[in-house]
Amino acid sequence: MDSFNAIVQVLDSTIRLSVPLLLACLAGLYSERAGIFDIGLEGKMLVGAFAGAAAASVFHSGFIGLGMAILISVAFAMVHGFASITHRGNQIVSGVAINFVAAGSTIILGQAWFQQGGRTPALQPDERFEAIVWPGADVLRGVPILGPIYSELISGHSILVYFAFAMVPFTWWVLFRTRFGLRMRAVGENPAAVDTAGISVAWLRYRALICTGVLTGVAGAYLSMVQNGGFVKDMTAGKGYIALAALIFAKWKPVNAMFACLLFGFLDALSIRLQGTPLPVIGKVPVQFMQALPYVLTVILLAGFIGKAIPPRAGGVPYVKER
Amino acid sequence: MAQAAIELIGINKSFGAVRANRDINLEVARGTIHGIVGENGAGKSTLMSILYGFYQADSGEIRVGGKPVSISTSNDAIALGIGMVHQHFMLVDNFTVLENVILGAENDALLKSSIAKARSELERLEREYGLEVEPDAVIEELPVGLQQRVEILKALYRGAEILILDEPTGVLTPAEADHLFRILKQLKEQGKTVVLITHKLREIMAITDTVSVMRQGTMVATRVTKETTVGELAELMVGRRVLLRVEKGQSEAGAIKLSVKNLTVKDQRGVTMVDDVSFDVRGGEIVGIAGVAGNGQSELLEAISGIRHAVSGEVMLEGKPVDLTGKADPGELRDRGLAHVPEDRHHVGLVLAFEENENSILGYHDDERYLKGPFLNVDAIMADAKDKIEKYDIRPGNPRLRTANFSGGNQQKIVLAREMEQDPGVLIVGQPTRGVDVGAIEFIHKRLIAMRDQGKAVLVVSVELDEIRSLSDRILVMFAGRIVGERGPDATEGELGLLMAGVEHQEAAE
Amino acid sequence: MSTPYAKLPAWADYGLIPLINLSVAFIVAGFVVMLVGENPFRAAVILVEGAFGKGTGIAFTLFYATTFIFTGLSVAVAAHCSLFNIGTEGQAYIGGLGIALVCLSFDSVLPWWVIFPIAIVAAAVFGALWGFIPAYLQAKRGSHIVITTIMFNFIAASVMVYLLVGPLKPAGSQAPQTRNFLAGAELPKLNWIIELFGAKIRSAPLNICFLLALVMAFLVWLLIWRTKLGYEMRTYGHSPKAARYAGISETRIILTAMMISGALAGMMALNPVMGDQHNVAIDFVSGAGYVGIAVALMGRLHPVGIVLAAILFGMLYQGGAELAFEMPAISRDMIVIIQGLVILFAGALEHMFRPYIQAVFASFSPKAVGIEAVKGKGA
Repeated sequence: MDSFNAIVQVLDSTIRLSVPLLLACLAGLYSERAGIFDIGLEGKMLVGAFAGAAAASVFHSGFIGLGMAILISVAFAMVHGFASITHRGNQIVSGVAINFVAAGSTIILGQAWFQQGGRTPALQPDERFEAIVWPGADVLRGVPILGPIYSELISGHSILVYFAFAMVPFTWWVLFRTRFGLRMRAVGENPAAVDTAGISVAWLRYRALICTGVLTGVAGAYLSMVQNGGFVKDMTAGKGYIALAALIFAKWKPVNAMFACLLFGFLDALSIRLQGTPLPVIGKVPVQFMQALPYVLTVILLAGFIGKAIPPRAGGVPYVKER
Repeated sequence: MAQAAIELIGINKSFGAVRANRDINLEVARGTIHGIVGENGAGKSTLMSILYGFYQADSGEIRVGGKPVSISTSNDAIALGIGMVHQHFMLVDNFTVLENVILGAENDALLKSSIAKARSELERLEREYGLEVEPDAVIEELPVGLQQRVEILKALYRGAEILILDEPTGVLTPAEADHLFRILKQLKEQGKTVVLITHKLREIMAITDTVSVMRQGTMVATRVTKETTVGELAELMVGRRVLLRVEKGQSEAGAIKLSVKNLTVKDQRGVTMVDDVSFDVRGGEIVGIAGVAGNGQSELLEAISGIRHAVSGEVMLEGKPVDLTGKADPGELRDRGLAHVPEDRHHVGLVLAFEENENSILGYHDDERYLKGPFLNVDAIMADAKDKIEKYDIRPGNPRLRTANFSGGNQQKIVLAREMEQDPGVLIVGQPTRGVDVGAIEFIHKRLIAMRDQGKAVLVVSVELDEIRSLSDRILVMFAGRIVGERGPDATEGELGLLMAGVEHQEAAE
Repeated sequence: MSTPYAKLPAWADYGLIPLINLSVAFIVAGFVVMLVGENPFRAAVILVEGAFGKGTGIAFTLFYATTFIFTGLSVAVAAHCSLFNIGTEGQAYIGGLGIALVCLSFDSVLPWWVIFPIAIVAAAVFGALWGFIPAYLQAKRGSHIVITTIMFNFIAASVMVYLLVGPLKPAGSQAPQTRNFLAGAELPKLNWIIELFGAKIRSAPLNICFLLALVMAFLVWLLIWRTKLGYEMRTYGHSPKAARYAGISETRIILTAMMISGALAGMMALNPVMGDQHNVAIDFVSGAGYVGIAVALMGRLHPVGIVLAAILFGMLYQGGAELAFEMPAISRDMIVIIQGLVILFAGALEHMFRPYIQAVFASFSPKAVGIEAVKGKGA
């Protein structure tokens, strides 16, 4: 029973840890499907986290915090759009720039406004998104097997967790069942086809980036307002890059993205759980090995040793009307 | 004359200092097929792009159905019933036919009803025009001819009454082109107006009702097709008698320098592009390969020059085999006396961002003359570049100028100078005068003949039949990856044309 | 990252436009300073005085600049071959490992002038190897080098953390770092050069690596513009098809360029490790690899530009430290913002002002902007 509980706990923290990855990964899916590389997911998440926690603590409202997180994150996405769509700049360079501005400005502004060494004030319960306890969760807790699964895994998460997982089928639906999705996929493959069909390539890509901004904003808000009770500097700690890796791992498909993020979240949860404890057969696994595993797996995938990841064909290339 | 479907009045368009269109007037009658001919760069595509809202004219007026209109986006054009089939298809390769057809013409925010509507529409269009194509097929798995059909379907689905086709047969096999023409005639019978842009006069004569000729950005004439001749159109296109035969003496063919045996080349998709081709080129002769673009000539040249992998066969250079695995070192082939003027000078033959002198050693940068140990011998390179500039009259004569800033003809001369001055035994040239001004054409032709007279083996591939006939001592005709015939330099245009169209080939096969 | 053909005179292209871009980045940074309630002009004065006002400041500025010259050159060499090496950070980190192994092995037996060359080679080799794998995967397997180098930065971080909290940590120590090197692995300081000019220096880490960096800048210039290899790299960088045509092996040129780039990145570690800290600690690179991107972009991929840009960033780092001291609201993270803004305006938005500048030039002299030369390109 103990080992069963341990498994449930690891899976529960897998879910918690994979949520920011999943949101950021889906965010990246929108922009990359539209042909805009985005290595600025990290930075957008970070400003989202900061804006969310800052606004929540100032206005004493989780929802205002969330709204602010989304707003600022979208604003950064628009900077990326301005550079890479309007001015046809290098998308990688623009993404790197955004990550730097985000990393620096969250600390500077945080220190200037709250004077707590770059932290925002600890959020009160009503300023955060508390866990939602599903009906009967407490009653059923005692039921063997199903009880813990229902009350730990399914129930008891913040609204943002359910939102993240709901975004998976929603994104699939948008991508493959709506006009916007059709056009977005088209513009990531062949923008000239979209242009000659009388659709604005730029506006379409901007809209995709708005989706990206919204989702990275929620991802950031989750970090600072759910996982943690406030903003801490550099709290994204490379999650934006892992999300990018997950996106490649998922071959730019929403359902795959969920599994990739759950896998990476699981590795993370496992490495926390296993810290110092030896495994049967393998012995003691260095925690750093588990941490590096998502990146190693992505490199192996990219190298085509397990399947082939083919990115959207127009990705990374600014659209220029041909003469 | 029937009511005009389109009228263009006084259209002007400049790109920087280049005037692509000047004072263009054009009237296309409803329910006719109107051809627009002109050489590359005459301004045809620009004009049609203005009509389709891709560019805006600097001045002038467009009338559709007699009413003045302003077309500032492709959307406006589509709303006015104008559809365009681009030279490079505007299709999303990994979408299905249906998805491509509805893209930009969806009913509402959800796809379901659009797809259902498109499916029934495609059935109707198939019945009416014989445009059959599998609606659920993925574009990248369709042959080129069918992809083009999807482009036409896209336009018709959007309710196009006026259909513009930009160089539609460039990528088609003759059989596919015939099918296209049948479709266009059917469209005409249904009252649609077709504008056909091409530089192939034979097509114009075969299918159009009226034809306009463009030259250097101006509209020089409009004729009723039945009342004109190929000769007259050609003269109007170029501005003087076209056939410029360069003076040349009898060839004195020597030993075999380049020998190709049973060469077969496939492209990335596995389609056979060169099919069991064999021929020899002797010293002191020019062998010309004629053919419609896309019949395997490019792949043939690339395989011979060691850039492209060949599936089977053998290429002998001066009696020794060439590595055909695609891993050949083109540098080593150069050392063995093979010089190659590639078809695409912008991306292959030159690095446009380089200074002229840097391009004058491209591919020969391994040569000791240009090196001092691992370092470039800058003085030697500059001296060499200046020498070539003088010999080939390259203008402006500044070896430090960026290559992008030279005109097409001068860029081609930079490549030719580099390749010819290496004193190769074998010279292979792809499209020697594509995009080159008339003055430079003559210069280049004379140089090629001079190479021949020095006893070099010269292989020329060109889609310009006149060029092939003017230069070659022997003419090979390529069709669908095969050499379908060999003729002497006195072969008539008609004879070669039939070969290029694959007519004899098909008869032989039957 | 290829630049489109110049249609402006060289001085405008390489001087005026970067200057305008840089100014805009600083103006925006000034707004951030205002946002935190400080006076941007006073901040600028403190910054410049902090960097150049005293001998110690100058020495620190040049110390930081040394690091950035290496990483800037690293990014630039790869960029000339159209490879975007974001992995400079990780390559430098692993370069530090090479140095650690050399220093820990020999610092008790050999003098610095023997260890230094060995350490240079070790740093270069380790950095080059870390650049080799992504290059190999790009050349042979077609994996996007940007993504793989990012992944390799994280893998490098994991590897180094593992080593620094484990095998490389001296027994009994808590700090995640190697033991301190002995005198044999300490590089001579260069502060006396600045003192020659009469300035006083208390204690600053400016060391002989600065000279090494300048030598490398010269060698990179030689490599790119004066050697066959550089010619081949540039050819491939502008047009892979032309490179194939010219008989330049794609695999060889990608591997070579990335290994040189990685080697330069690895050599960066010499400066902080042997010149200043005298140990290898967790995260000693601390973003210098990313600064290299800004430096390379700002310096327009030219070694001279890179040295100047590196000094500029060195000034920001040193002046920024002073600034943080004088204005408590502004920490050194201000530099990170400026860095981001420079990358944004000098990199991603580098062409934003170009049309306006071209228009200004065209109104003076149409010929100077090459309008005539584009003839024949139309339609």
